[in-house]
Amino acid sequence: MRHLPAIVLLALLASVMPAWADRIGDISETSVLEQAKRFFSFRDPSVRYAIIGSILLGISCGLMGGFIVVRKMALFGDTLSHAVLPGVALGFLWNMDKDPVAIFIGATLAGLLGGAMVALIRQTTRLKEDTALGIVLASFFAVGICLLTRIQKMPGNKGGLDEFLFGSAASIGRADIILMAVVTGLALLLVGLFYKELLVTSFDAAFARAAGFPVNVINYALTLLLAFSVVVALRAVGVVLVSAMLITPAATAYLLTDRMHRLLGLAALFGVMAGAVGAFISFLTTNIPTGPLMVMAATMVFVLAFFFGPRHGVLMRWWRQKSRSARVKRENTLKAVYHVLEAREFEGEGVSLRELAERRRETLDEARAQSGALCQHHFATLHDDGDAIHLTPDGWQRACEIVRNHRLWELYLTNEAHIAPDHVHEDAEIIEHVLGEETVRELERALNHATRDPHGRSIPGIADLATGSAPFGPPEPVTGYTPRP
Amino acid sequence: MTRWCSACAPDSLFNERPRDKRDRRNEPPPLEFHDLTVAYHKRPVLWGIDLEIPKGQLVGIIGPNGAGKSTLIKAAMGLLPLNSGWVKVFGEPIKKNLKRVGYVPQRESVDWDFPVSVMDVVLMGRYGHLGLMRRPKKHDRDIARDCLEKVKMLPYANRQISNLSGGQQQRVFLARALAQESDIYFMDEPFAGVDAATESAIVAILHELKERGKTLLVVHHDLPTAKEYFDSLLLLNMRVVAFGPTEEVFKYDLLQSTYGGRLTILSEVAEAVREKS
Repeated sequence: MRHLPAIVLLALLASVMPAWADRIGDISETSVLEQAKRFFSFRDPSVRYAIIGSILLGISCGLMGGFIVVRKMALFGDTLSHAVLPGVALGFLWNMDKDPVAIFIGATLAGLLGGAMVALIRQTTRLKEDTALGIVLASFFAVGICLLTRIQKMPGNKGGLDEFLFGSAASIGRADIILMAVVTGLALLLVGLFYKELLVTSFDAAFARAAGFPVNVINYALTLLLAFSVVVALRAVGVVLVSAMLITPAATAYLLTDRMHRLLGLAALFGVMAGAVGAFISFLTTNIPTGPLMVMAATMVFVLAFFFGPRHGVLMRWWRQKSRSARVKRENTLKAVYHVLEAREFEGEGVSLRELAERRRETLDEARAQSGALCQHHFATLHDDGDAIHLTPDGWQRACEIVRNHRLWELYLTNEAHIAPDHVHEDAEIIEHVLGEETVRELERALNHATRDPHGRSIPGIADLATGSAPFGPPEPVTGYTPRP
Repeated sequence: MTRWCSACAPDSLFNERPRDKRDRRNEPPPLEFHDLTVAYHKRPVLWGIDLEIPKGQLVGIIGPNGAGKSTLIKAAMGLLPLNSGWVKVFGEPIKKNLKRVGYVPQRESVDWDFPVSVMDVVLMGRYGHLGLMRRPKKHDRDIARDCLEKVKMLPYANRQISNLSGGQQQRVFLARALAQESDIYFMDEPFAGVDAATESAIVAILHELKERGKTLLVVHHDLPTAKEYFDSLLLLNMRVVAFGPTEEVFKYDLLQSTYGGRLTILSEVAEAVREKS
C-alpha cells in the first residue's frame, strides 16, 4: 500500500509515547507534566478518543486536502466547511442532544446544499466562482451562528455547542470515533481503488471525459467525501478553522514532492502530526480550544517546509541562486584572465592583479577578492607576493570553455539567427555559463567547426583546452575536428 | 515480448481486439456529422454541420477565431451538449466507440505544475483501456515508453511536467494520445507555441499515423503552413465553408468567405495562394 510509511510512522509514534511519559516523570512533577503523563499513559478514555480522533481526522483531511489543493479548490473547501454550521444546529435540534449521527447527517446535507448553491449561482448568473463562494460562505455561516445562539439560550440545553465553532478534542466520544473511523476508512478505500480515475480527472478533466470516465460522478463523489471529512473533523477542529486542516497539510506536502501519491501520503502524515500535537497541547492547557492549536501546529510544519524544503524551500533556492551567481562571477574572472593573455598574444603565463582590474574596470581590491575565489576553487595560484595569478590546468581549461562558449554563441546568433554582430554580446554573456558540452558539440557541427567569431577573434578549440596552460605565442586555431569540406 | 504501439505496429493492434476482426473495408466512415448545431448561452457556435470524414485522412481544420474549430472536435467527442443533429464515430454513437478516439487538448487547458511525472501523463492514455479500478500494468508501461520514444521524450520520463518547455509539453500530450492507440485522433492546436523542431517532429508523426490508416482532425491556426501540412482541409466559420483536398480548397475566394473581411489575414492568404501557383 502506498500509505504504508505513514502507518508505520504512526505505529512507531504510538509505541514510543509511553516511554517519553516515563522520562518526563523522572525529571520533575509539575502539574503540566502530570497532565502530559496522564495524556501519554492513554489510561484516560477521553485522551484515547482525542488522540485516535485527531489521527483519523488528520488522515481524512490530508487525503481530501491533497485533491482540493491540486484542483485549486481550496476556497471551495473553506466554503463547504463554513456552510455545514446551520446543519450542525439543525442536527442538534433534531433531538436536543449532541447526537453524532444526527449532527453528521445535518452537517453533511448543509455542506452539500452550500456546494450546490455555489454551482447554481455560477451557472445561472454572470458571477464568477470566487464571488459565489463568498456569498454562500457568509450567508450559511450567519444562519448557523443565529441558530446556535438561539439554541444556547434554550431551556434544557446541555450546553457547549460553541465547541463546534472552535473545536474541542476532549469532547470526542466513542460514537464520534466510530463515525470518524468509518469515514476515514471510506476515504482511504475510495482513494485507493479509484486513484487512477481521481488523478486523471483532477489533471485533465476534458481528456478524462473524452476517454470515457464519468467525470461528473467522480466530482460529486469527491465533494461528498470532502463534506464527510469536514464534518467528522468538526468536533475536534471547529467550523471556523477546519478548512485549514484540509489545506495546510496538503500545501506543505505540495512543497515537498512532485508526485501525487507521495503528496497524498505526506498530507495525511502532516495532518496526523498536526492533529496529535494540537490535541496534546489543548489537553495540557484547559482554556484554549483545540482547533486553533491544530492549525498552528500544521502551520509550523508548513513554515519549516517553506524555508527548509529540499527542492522548493526558500533557503535552498536562495543557496542555489547564491552559488550560481558565485560561479558566474568566477567564470567571468577566468574569462577576463583569458582576455588579458590573449591581448598580449599569450606571452608569459602570469597575469598581474592590476592588469586584471584594468581589464574588468574594477578596483584592485575587487580583483584581489576575485583572484582569491579562483584560488579557493583551484583554478589559479597566487604569485609575486599575491600580486599576480597563474591559471592552473583546470582554470585554463574552464577559461577556454567559457570563451569558446561565448564566441560560438555569438557566431551562431549572427550566422543562423541573422542578428547583427554588435547585438550578440549581451546574450552570449548569459548563455556562456549554461551551455553544456553536448550543446557545444552541436553548435560546432552546425557552424562547420568555425575558428573565428563574428569579431574575428579565434575560438578556442579542443586542442587549446587540452594543453593545460596558455600556449606561448599566438595560438594555432585548432578545433579538434577536421572541418567538413 | 516484442514491444508495440499503434504508431509502430498497427497490425498487432487490430488483431488485439475482437471488434476489429470484421471486415474493415465495409466499415462505416470514422466520423459523420449530421445537421449538427451547438450553442453557448443560446448563441450558436456551429450551425447545421453536415460532414463525412473518410478513413485515413489528415484533415486540418482552419477558420478565424471563434469559428467553432475547437467546439467541433469537442462536440465530436461528446464533450458538449448538442442542440440538434448527431455525431457518429464508425457508424455508432461516440459513447460506444470511446476507445477508438484519441485526444490532444490545448496545452493551456491543464495546470503544468500538477504533481505528476511525464510517464504518469502518458500512462493516462492507457487509462481508457484499463477499466475502473485497474492499475496500469507492465504492458501499459511498455506502450507508454514506446510512445515517449516516438516523440523523443523518453529521457524525460521521470521528470515532473513543470520542468518542460512548451514544445516538450506538447510532445508529452502527443505521446499520451499515441498511447491511447486509437483509430481517430482529435488534436486542438498541437502547433501552438512550440519550437520549430517539435513542429516538424509532430508533422512527421501525423503523417505516419495517416499512412497507417488513422484518421486525424487537427485544429490549426496558421494558414501558410496549413497547405503544407494537411492533405485535406476543412474551412470552418460556424458553418462548413468547404471541405476537400487541400489543392481544391485552399483557394482565395473560399478562404475569403471563411475569414470574412479580416484584411491582415486576407493579405496573408493572398500571399500564400500566390506562392502556391
